[in-house]
Amino acid sequence: MPDLLAVRNLSRHFTAGGHTIRALDDVSLTLAPGRILGVVGESGSGKSTLARIVMALDRPTHGEVAIAGRNLFALSLRDLRKARRGFQMVFQDPYGSLDPRQRVGRIVAEPLHLLPDAPRGSERRDLIREALRDVGLSPDDIDRYPHQFSGGQRQRIAIARAILTRPRLLVADEATSALDLTVQKKILELILKLRDDHGIAVLFITHDIGVVDEICDEVAVMQDGRLVETGPVRQVLDAPATAYTKRLIAAEPTLAVIGRGARQPASPDAPPHDPPHTVRP
Amino acid sequence: MLAVESLRVTFRRDRAPPVEVLRGVSLTLERGATLGIVGESGSGKSVLALSVIGLLPRNARAEGRVLLDGTDLLTLSERGMRDVRGRRIGMIFQEPMTALNPAMRVGVQIAEGLRVRRGLSRGNARTEALRLLDRVQIPQAGRRIDSYPHEMSGGERQRVGIAIALALEPDLLIADEPTTALDVTVQAGILDILGDLVADLGLSLILISHDLGVIARLADRTLVMHRGAEIEQDATERVLRRPGHDYTRTLIDAMPRRARATLEAGRA
Repeated sequence: MPDLLAVRNLSRHFTAGGHTIRALDDVSLTLAPGRILGVVGESGSGKSTLARIVMALDRPTHGEVAIAGRNLFALSLRDLRKARRGFQMVFQDPYGSLDPRQRVGRIVAEPLHLLPDAPRGSERRDLIREALRDVGLSPDDIDRYPHQFSGGQRQRIAIARAILTRPRLLVADEATSALDLTVQKKILELILKLRDDHGIAVLFITHDIGVVDEICDEVAVMQDGRLVETGPVRQVLDAPATAYTKRLIAAEPTLAVIGRGARQPASPDAPPHDPPHTVRP
Repeated sequence: MLAVESLRVTFRRDRAPPVEVLRGVSLTLERGATLGIVGESGSGKSVLALSVIGLLPRNARAEGRVLLDGTDLLTLSERGMRDVRGRRIGMIFQEPMTALNPAMRVGVQIAEGLRVRRGLSRGNARTEALRLLDRVQIPQAGRRIDSYPHEMSGGERQRVGIAIALALEPDLLIADEPTTALDVTVQAGILDILGDLVADLGLSLILISHDLGVIARLADRTLVMHRGAEIEQDATERVLRRPGHDYTRTLIDAMPRRARATLEAGRA
């Protein structure tokens, strides 16, 4: 299948105090329709800079971003604005990205402001209600305010806004990082469902390898602005090719009990005892 | 060493009925042991920590007892509590920048408590600050002691936060989401340091986290909280492998499957 997203030799340099910082350094990757590509890395790896440039919120120093074959940075402002309906973004902070003074209906309708042929009146309202239903909210939530919702529900509102124009690409930048794990699980299930139902491709930016394993088809590992490794999730996670990927995997939190709790009796029937001394590996 | 008995905390509100955020929580912590407290937002785990160090907001009312070696901290005056904070109980916060003064070199910040509270001379306080920076594994501590917080990475700042918490030689550390804002590779290093402090200095540790992976790494015992109430409390291994409550199971199921797989592997 032809690529929906093609990032070619993308670089973004910043100059500060006479130094050049290579936030992105010659990054190339592709994403096919209906696929989920995880971009994983630590802070400073360039993953959020990549997301911003793919969204045309920032311009690259070199290289190009093509969505459905069109280079975003060669488009006129007018054409870019029209193209924006095809790619939308969900941010980390479901509190900061929703205007508290606006009702949900107005927040979700925001991408329509860019469209010259946006539906109006009851047609517009129906579209918003459908998007709310798609993300597991009630269509009647349209007249409520953000503060009346939990963090997970607010992220659903942000996702409803992102899918309103039926984009083919969703960029999610740490979209579940601020959420409780039980809520994260539900949002990940929602993203998978949107992919399955609507064939949306997702560029999923995260620091969390566990989440990559959960929902991504492919993964790109970034470090210091460079792409260090890319491939199918199973291949990269099961047989990482680079020392950096191995280090990331080794640092993942696990449920292997290595505190002193591991040495206490697992059976509640056995008498508890206090081990004499802890020797850490 | 620490015993919390039937702790209830209620917040008064303007033009609204008071809200109970801790609904009778009890726990005990032995010297040299680590207790993990796990829960999601709104579980009351941070309010529990603030109750123990006497930093509840003014509109909060605490009932029950917080016994530190037999003294009920809830009955202490603010002055009495100030002696307990730092000297008996050290606190480590999620975002070290909130605990650090951005305009002061880190060495001076660590030394400040040593001079004011332990009466050390300027020179001795600096020597001790250097030793503490070494203790929390700040590389090239002799040079970094004169850095400002903004010149350090997030992980280094959290190490400085731990050094400040250690400065007055407390016997209990409370760490509230100490690694939540950090990269995973940095997180692992911070948790190792906390584990070493418990093992080498015999400190007791209360480790608060929303992440069972963090708890599993360090905690001997684990308290699971939900909406201000205790769900269960037992040896960490028992809680993870044979959860006694549906809510604990929900928390474990919410972990990425890779993390859950390590629980299975450990069982085999």
